[in-house]
Amino acid sequence: MERLHIKQEINITEALMERINELLSHYPADKKKSALLPVLHDVQDAHDNWLSVELMDKVAEILEIKPIEVYEVVSFYTMFNQRPVGKYMFEFCQTSPCCLRGVENLMDYTCDKLGVKVGEPTADGMFEVRGVECLGACGYAPMMQLGDFFQENLTKDKIDQLIADCRDNKVILHDK
Amino acid sequence: MSKKILLEKASIPGIKTYEVYRQNGGYASVEKALKSMTPDEVVEEVKASGLRGRGGAGFPTGLKWSFIDKKSGKPRHLVCNADESEPGTFKDRFLMEYIPHLLIEGMITSSYALEANLSYIYIRGEYMWVYKILERAIKEAYAAGWLGKNILGTGYNLDLYVHCGGGAYICGEETALIESLEGKRGNPRIKPPFPAVSGLWSNPTVVNNVESIAAVPWIVNNTGAEYAKIGIGRSTGTKLISASGHIKNPGVYEIELGLSVDEFMNSDEYLGGMIDDRPLKAFVPGGSSVPVLPANLIYKTANGEDRLMTYESLSDGGFATGSMLGSGGFIVYNDTACIVRNTWNFSRFYHHESCGQCSPCREGTGWLEKVLHRIENGHGREEDIDLLWSIQSKIEGNTICPLGDAAAWPVAAAIRHFRDEFEYHVRFPEKIKNRDHFVNEPFEKVRHLVGKQTV
Repeated sequence: MERLHIKQEINITEALMERINELLSHYPADKKKSALLPVLHDVQDAHDNWLSVELMDKVAEILEIKPIEVYEVVSFYTMFNQRPVGKYMFEFCQTSPCCLRGVENLMDYTCDKLGVKVGEPTADGMFEVRGVECLGACGYAPMMQLGDFFQENLTKDKIDQLIADCRDNKVILHDK
Repeated sequence: MSKKILLEKASIPGIKTYEVYRQNGGYASVEKALKSMTPDEVVEEVKASGLRGRGGAGFPTGLKWSFIDKKSGKPRHLVCNADESEPGTFKDRFLMEYIPHLLIEGMITSSYALEANLSYIYIRGEYMWVYKILERAIKEAYAAGWLGKNILGTGYNLDLYVHCGGGAYICGEETALIESLEGKRGNPRIKPPFPAVSGLWSNPTVVNNVESIAAVPWIVNNTGAEYAKIGIGRSTGTKLISASGHIKNPGVYEIELGLSVDEFMNSDEYLGGMIDDRPLKAFVPGGSSVPVLPANLIYKTANGEDRLMTYESLSDGGFATGSMLGSGGFIVYNDTACIVRNTWNFSRFYHHESCGQCSPCREGTGWLEKVLHRIENGHGREEDIDLLWSIQSKIEGNTICPLGDAAAWPVAAAIRHFRDEFEYHVRFPEKIKNRDHFVNEPFEKVRHLVGKQTV
């Protein structure tokens, strides 16, 4: 598969290792594997929001588990990406309560504006539009997830503003 | 105004912080329980309150607690289920975001009742900013001496951590949640053994919803008997309802169980009626998995009684004419909504979220999605409607966990109450080409065509 050939620079910084150790302290010493999901989030956030095979192998090494135990988890949960993704990932909730408030037309608008199809990053790697399942914000529809945060009660004007803010580097993706 | 138990203090400025929460009576239940009650006495109060699991199943919380194995001598755990993912449901998020210490207080008091010394809050990964809020609030609680060793000098020890998921609806099922907390795929376990005997790391474990745990401080402070006075019959206390869809005031509301659906829908204190004053077509009272009901069964039951916001009244008439309170995910549809499209959307959701262990669910949800997709897109066949009925009936009851039922019920209810809308889609494919087909021409206006043409 093509993605296996994409190189990813692995950099487990001191700060990241400190965070991993903090997460590990939340579980009994013989249950390191329990920290896998929280650790994967932090590792992925520090690596352009995706996890290569090499990076997953590194996580396995840190948690003292087999690589397959990481792969099978990464492939099960939707929040982990196994290929490079757009820096600003607009993950629109496309489950029914959001559809009732017009999310489908808003996704079309966003894709047209960015000149992309759902699931394809822009050529400059800045943006990607995705449709995801219920994010638990049905009363504030239509909405999307952007990094660690939700953008709610969206309109076309808000989408325009958000794209401009991303381009101006004004949008914070992660709450660290 | 109805009584507020969970959100009473949520609007106090600064209540997110430990200091303000404490100044407003926070953590009193921990003091009361640890200093003047035995763990079993706390369990008895919760039993007396009649509190039922607020995640959707409605199982009595005190009874669930009483099943935990305290004899084996193994470590015990309380795990809070904050994997809120049922479409239509966003109440737990509100509670954790605006009054996080209430959940932490509830976790401490409840862990004490279960004699658990290591507990977790499992929150869905998409609520990452709420995860951070809880993480910081837990640190505050440790710093103030409510967590850790020898709490309040009573000798009780408790460690509490928040753990985030990775995006999987199935992890809201308690045994899948436990698997996920162990760092595995979220595959539900075969029961028995139940978590109360063998749960997290094979230790006795109780898994409770956020809202259930958040009710415990009030019950301990005011007694279970006082809690049981709120509500009607076996529907005691208050319930958070998250309301969405075509209503004027979507959002999270705390109601006393027993409020009429009519008042909840139409009073300005709550949902304020329909957006743009369009006609009400249907509602789903308890999250996407419970049966959808048509307009004539919303305010009144089939017997003509007022429909109330209680476990019993919402399910009155069984699935033939009733639904369920479920998680309190209240979705409202006006006449521009398409029931076929909505059902296809829900089936896509369940297909996407099926863990794949059981064939009836893994395959059946895919078939439901495909058949519904072709009907919605104008390629349906007359026999597809019976095919859908057949598929859903073969999923229901044939899977390890309730996801199969959750996928089957909305399809069954849609066909039961809105069969003519499916027939319209099959017979008039040229009229449903646009995804917003009922926006300009609501089904009511074209319903008369259905009987006039068969394929």
